[in-house]
Amino acid sequence: MNKSFVRPKSLVDVSTHYCPGCGHGIAHRLVAEVVDELDIREKVIGVTPIGCAVVAYDYWDFDCSEAAHGRALAVATAIKRVRPENIVFTYQGDGDLAAIGTNETIHAANRGENLTVVFINNAIYGMTGGQMAPTTLLKQKTATTPLGREIKYHGYPLKISEMLAVLQGVKYIERVSLQSPQAVLNAKKALKHAFENQINNVGFSLVEILSPCPTYWGMSPRQAMDWVRDVMSKEFPVGRIK
Amino acid sequence: MNKKILMTGNEAFAKGALDAGCRFYAGYPITPQNELPAYMALNMPEAGGVFIQAESEISAVNMVFGASAAGVRSMTSSSSPGISLKQEGISYLAGAELPSVIINVMRAGPGLGNIWPSQSDYFQATRSAGHGDSHCIVLAPSTVQESYDIMFLAFDLADKYRNPVMILGDGLLGQMMEPVLFTNHQLSVAAGGPATGDQKPETKLWALTGCKGRKRNIAKSFYLREGDLEKLNILLQKKYQEIQEKEERFEGVNLDNAELVLVGYGTMARIAKSAMQRLREENYNIGLIRPITLWPFPKKVFERYATGDKRLIFLAVEMSYGQMVDDVKLSLNGRFPVDFIGRSGGGVVSEEDIIAKVKGLLSTKKRNE
Ligand SMILES: Cc1ncc(C[n+]2csc(CCOP(=O)(O)OP(=O)(O)O)c2C)c(N)n1
Repeated sequence: MNKSFVRPKSLVDVSTHYCPGCGHGIAHRLVAEVVDELDIREKVIGVTPIGCAVVAYDYWDFDCSEAAHGRALAVATAIKRVRPENIVFTYQGDGDLAAIGTNETIHAANRGENLTVVFINNAIYGMTGGQMAPTTLLKQKTATTPLGREIKYHGYPLKISEMLAVLQGVKYIERVSLQSPQAVLNAKKALKHAFENQINNVGFSLVEILSPCPTYWGMSPRQAMDWVRDVMSKEFPVGRIK
Repeated sequence: MNKKILMTGNEAFAKGALDAGCRFYAGYPITPQNELPAYMALNMPEAGGVFIQAESEISAVNMVFGASAAGVRSMTSSSSPGISLKQEGISYLAGAELPSVIINVMRAGPGLGNIWPSQSDYFQATRSAGHGDSHCIVLAPSTVQESYDIMFLAFDLADKYRNPVMILGDGLLGQMMEPVLFTNHQLSVAAGGPATGDQKPETKLWALTGCKGRKRNIAKSFYLREGDLEKLNILLQKKYQEIQEKEERFEGVNLDNAELVLVGYGTMARIAKSAMQRLREENYNIGLIRPITLWPFPKKVFERYATGDKRLIFLAVEMSYGQMVDDVKLSLNGRFPVDFIGRSGGGVVSEEDIIAKVKGLLSTKKRNE
C-alpha cells in the first residue's frame, strides 16, 4: 500500500514548540511540501524572523538564517544578490514584517528583489505574549489593548499587502487562510506560485496567510479557526491582490 | 602598480576593501564618509560584487549579515549616529560569528552633533559590539596609506576569528587627500589568494550555500534552551581572550629614552607625532605610543613600563573628552601618572596645545623632584 500522507523531506522529524491549534506548524509544512515538490531543497535558503517562528530553522531541513526583528528582507536581499542561483525566502509575522520591519519590507518590495515572502498574519504578537499587532482587528482585546483596539488610539488594522500591491516592483501578492482543509490547499497553491515566480525570475512575490493564534486570542483551536473564517477574513479578504 | 595615487581616506578604505576581496557593500549616506559608498557604487560592479544603497543603516548592517552568512566578504560604513543604529546588528554579527567589517568615520556628537571630526565613539566601539557580552576587533589607521593597507588586515582578522571588525577613522582622515601606493599585499587564502606553505584553502564550510551534499547550515544567535547560550558565551570569551593575547598592535616611537610618553590614535597620533618631533628638537625626551588595535588595546607595551623602575609621565591625546585615556590607565594599573588633553565638537587639539601641556607637566615634575 502506498502512503499518501508522509513527512516532507524538508521537514525534520521533531515535534514543534507551537501551541495547540497554532497556524505556524501548518504553514511550515506547506513551505516544506512546496520546496520538496519544486525539488529545490538543496538550494533553498530560508530567513526566519524574530517571533514565534524564529526557530523554524530547527524544523526545516535546509539552510536557514536568522534575522534581527524586522530585518528578514534586508538579510534575504543580500543573500539573494550574492547567490542569485539559490532560492531565498523569508517567513515573517505581522509584527516583524508590518511594524518594526515595515521599512525593510517596503524597500525590498520596491527594489523588486526576486524573493519569496511568507507572511503570517495572526493579528497579534505571539512570542512576546499577545500584544497588539499592526493587524489586530478593531475591538480585538490584547495585552496592550485591554479594552479592545480603538480607532481613536490605535488606528486601523494595517493592510500591508494592499499597500505593497501598488509598488511597481511587486509581481505577485495573494492572501490566503488556514481556516479549512480547502483553504489550506489554496494556500499551498499560492505558495507554490510564489516560489515558482522566483525560479522563473519574475520578481517579488508575497503570500499573506491568515493564521490562528488560539492562545493569545483566548479561544480553543476550533473557535480560532472559525474566527479566522467569520471575523478575520472579513477585515482581510482572501484572494489574489496582485 | 608602483604609482602613487592621490585619494581621500574614505576612498582608500573602499579601494583597500575591494583589493582585499570585499564583494558586498551596503550603506546609507552620512557625512563625512560619503566618498566611500560613492567609490563602492562606481567600482564594486567591475569587481563582480554587489553594492546596495540601503534604506537605512539598520537595513545596511543586516544586509551585511545576510551576505556574510552567504560566505561573502562584506562590509558597511557610516558615521557616528549611523553606527548607533547599527549596534543591534553588530551584536547579531558577533553572536552568529559572522566575519564582517564596519567602518565608522567618526563625527562629533552627541545627538546629530555636527560633521566635524571627532574620536568620541571610542567607548561605543571598544567596550562591546552592541548589547550582550560581545566584542568587535577595533582598528585605527592614522594615514590615508594605512587606511588602504588596514583593510587587508581587517578582512583577514574577521575571517580568522569569525568576528566583526570595526575600523575607527574620523572626519579628518576620511576627507584628507594623500598619495597612496597600492602595495602588493599577498591576498589571504580567505580572500581568494593562493594557498601557500602549510596554509590550507579556507572555504567557509559554515556558509549558507544550499544544503547540497551536506547537513543544513544555520546562521543564528538565538539559544533558548537552558545552558546553550552560556556555552556559546564561554566559547566567545575564549575567542576574545585569544584575540587579546595575539592581536595587539601599536606603533612605538622613541620609547627607550622618553621621560614623557604621548598616547594617541588615528588623526590625533599624527598631531601628537609632530608635537613630539618639535619637542625633541628642543631636547625634550618625548616618546609616542600609537595604538593600532583599540580592542584589543595594546596593554603589553604599557605593562613593560609599569614593571620597570623609570619614572614616566603618560599624556593621552584625544579628539574627545577622555575615553582612550581609561585604557591607558587600566594598562598602567596606577603605576604612573596619566594626564589627558582633548577636545571634541569641532575643535582639534593642536601641536601647540600639546607642546604647552607637555612643557607644563615636565616643569611641574622638575619642581617636585
Ligand atoms: C528589537 C526588538 N524589539 C522587540 C523584540 C521583542 N519581540 C520578539 S518577537 C516580537 C513580535 C512578534 O510578533 P509577530 O511578528 O507578529 O510574530 P508572532 O510571534 O506572532 O508569530 C517582539 C516585539 C525583539 N526581539 N527585538
